[in-house]
Amino acid sequence: MSGSAKILTRRGLLRAGALGAGGLVLSGCDRLNDNSGFRSLLESAEGLHLRSQRLFGRDALAREFSPADLSPEFRANGNREVKDAAYRQQLASGFAGWTLKVDGLVEKPLALPLSALQAMPQRAQITRHDCVEGWSAIGKWQGPQLSHVLDVAGLKPQARFIVFHCADRFGSTPYYESIDMIDALHPQTILAWRMNDKVLPEKFGAPLRLRVERQLGYKHAKYVMRIEARESLDGLYGGKGGYWEDSSGYAWYAGI
Amino acid sequence: MTEHSEPTQPAQGQLVRRHRLSTRIWHWVNAVTLLVMLMSGLMIFNAHPRLYWGEYGANADAAWLEIGATQSGEGMLRIGGGAIRTTGVLGVWTDGEGKEKRRAFPSWSTIPSHYSLADARVWHLAFAWVLALGLLAYLVRSLLNGHIRRDLHITAREWRPSHIWHDIRDHARLRFPSGAAALHYNVLQKLSYIGVLFVLLPLIILTGLGMSPGTDAWAPWVTQGFGGRQSARSIHFIAAFLLVGFFLVHIVMVILAGPINEVRSMITGNYRLPKEKDDAK
Repeated sequence: MSGSAKILTRRGLLRAGALGAGGLVLSGCDRLNDNSGFRSLLESAEGLHLRSQRLFGRDALAREFSPADLSPEFRANGNREVKDAAYRQQLASGFAGWTLKVDGLVEKPLALPLSALQAMPQRAQITRHDCVEGWSAIGKWQGPQLSHVLDVAGLKPQARFIVFHCADRFGSTPYYESIDMIDALHPQTILAWRMNDKVLPEKFGAPLRLRVERQLGYKHAKYVMRIEARESLDGLYGGKGGYWEDSSGYAWYAGI
Repeated sequence: MTEHSEPTQPAQGQLVRRHRLSTRIWHWVNAVTLLVMLMSGLMIFNAHPRLYWGEYGANADAAWLEIGATQSGEGMLRIGGGAIRTTGVLGVWTDGEGKEKRRAFPSWSTIPSHYSLADARVWHLAFAWVLALGLLAYLVRSLLNGHIRRDLHITAREWRPSHIWHDIRDHARLRFPSGAAALHYNVLQKLSYIGVLFVLLPLIILTGLGMSPGTDAWAPWVTQGFGGRQSARSIHFIAAFLLVGFFLVHIVMVILAGPINEVRSMITGNYRLPKEKDDAK
């Protein structure tokens, strides 16, 4: 029986308890929140979230619903319009001269008109859109699978991330998002140009938006203009892989 | 609760071993974890202070609970058809610098104190691992070492309504057991600890998982079992406030039963058996 070890444990417990209680009372949480070491410790849980979700459900399909389950009104969120003059012209002309650029680590860079995306094999799915804020809405989405578009372009073996460059802006920064190849090649990951059996309206991301059904709403980039295959997220704006990730500290992996 | 069964009854006033080290560590880790989970959870709720039933729910849909501000600028809590004014506490309140804020829960109750959904999620989802793995480790250890069977198992005698009624009357009169009887949980204590360990904590973890779009793909039965993502969110919120209720009763009971002796027993493991009160009529 080692008495000294026991006393150390008691002291440790007492001190931890006092520090915990005192720190909380004195809003020590705010100071911990701003402490980069503590912050990165908390943020390291994101790796656990990603790995555990991939361990249990790497290829799992998001639940699909029936037309009876559709939300009567789907809430539009984030940017609901695009101010850019070129975009407004394209919108007015029904995106007649518009093309989706596919470039980066691909064998054959593409410029695909909307008609080419519409002529590809289509996938339609009724899914639940889960916002990071807590609300949900059920809608029907249709478009080609992202994997098909990437197949046409031919991914180079080094490609590890797919980045979506968008027409909408927050201040002077255009919106952007990224996913890894597991989500990019997932069968339910589509480039939707149709929503609830109508052409995608502006507030929901016309002419084209990403659906990446196993992640939260901010990953579903709207107004997608260009798709870029990359080896790393370093050098992409702040390096964290998305607008909200870089600007506000939201998690890149948004499966929870 | 006892380290090992004593052949002879310990005397009143004697210092005895009461809580194992695993129980004590888990208790204090949980105290910090649950407080962080609650305060960061209130901040997450502030991002969308409305609750719904079913799979979907957003601003255009009917909410069964809502915290907000009226058009005249009063704070308001609405549950179903009934609403109460909550200015100063919920919906509309003044922050530390005297500025009026329109958010559901006030800054003194949230982590972080300023509005940040991203930061609150970082705290909430990291501590969720501590809560879930801690509960799992504690339940496995308590099953193996007999803590659950020995200390939390409710006997046929204790299930008798007359026994439960007797215990309720003792609690209402603030008559607490003395001597060796104080070493055993009474039936109300057992019921509340079982309710927290086997119902509320697993429920709050499962409803949390049920809100994850990733988990919903590989374990849809979790979300569906609660009646949809928005129902899971509602139950998560209700379970959180039931845990707050447990915490408040727990603190009152510790204070009434002798706070120094009780807190010491949860820190050092040693507990002094209460003496019979001579002046008790």
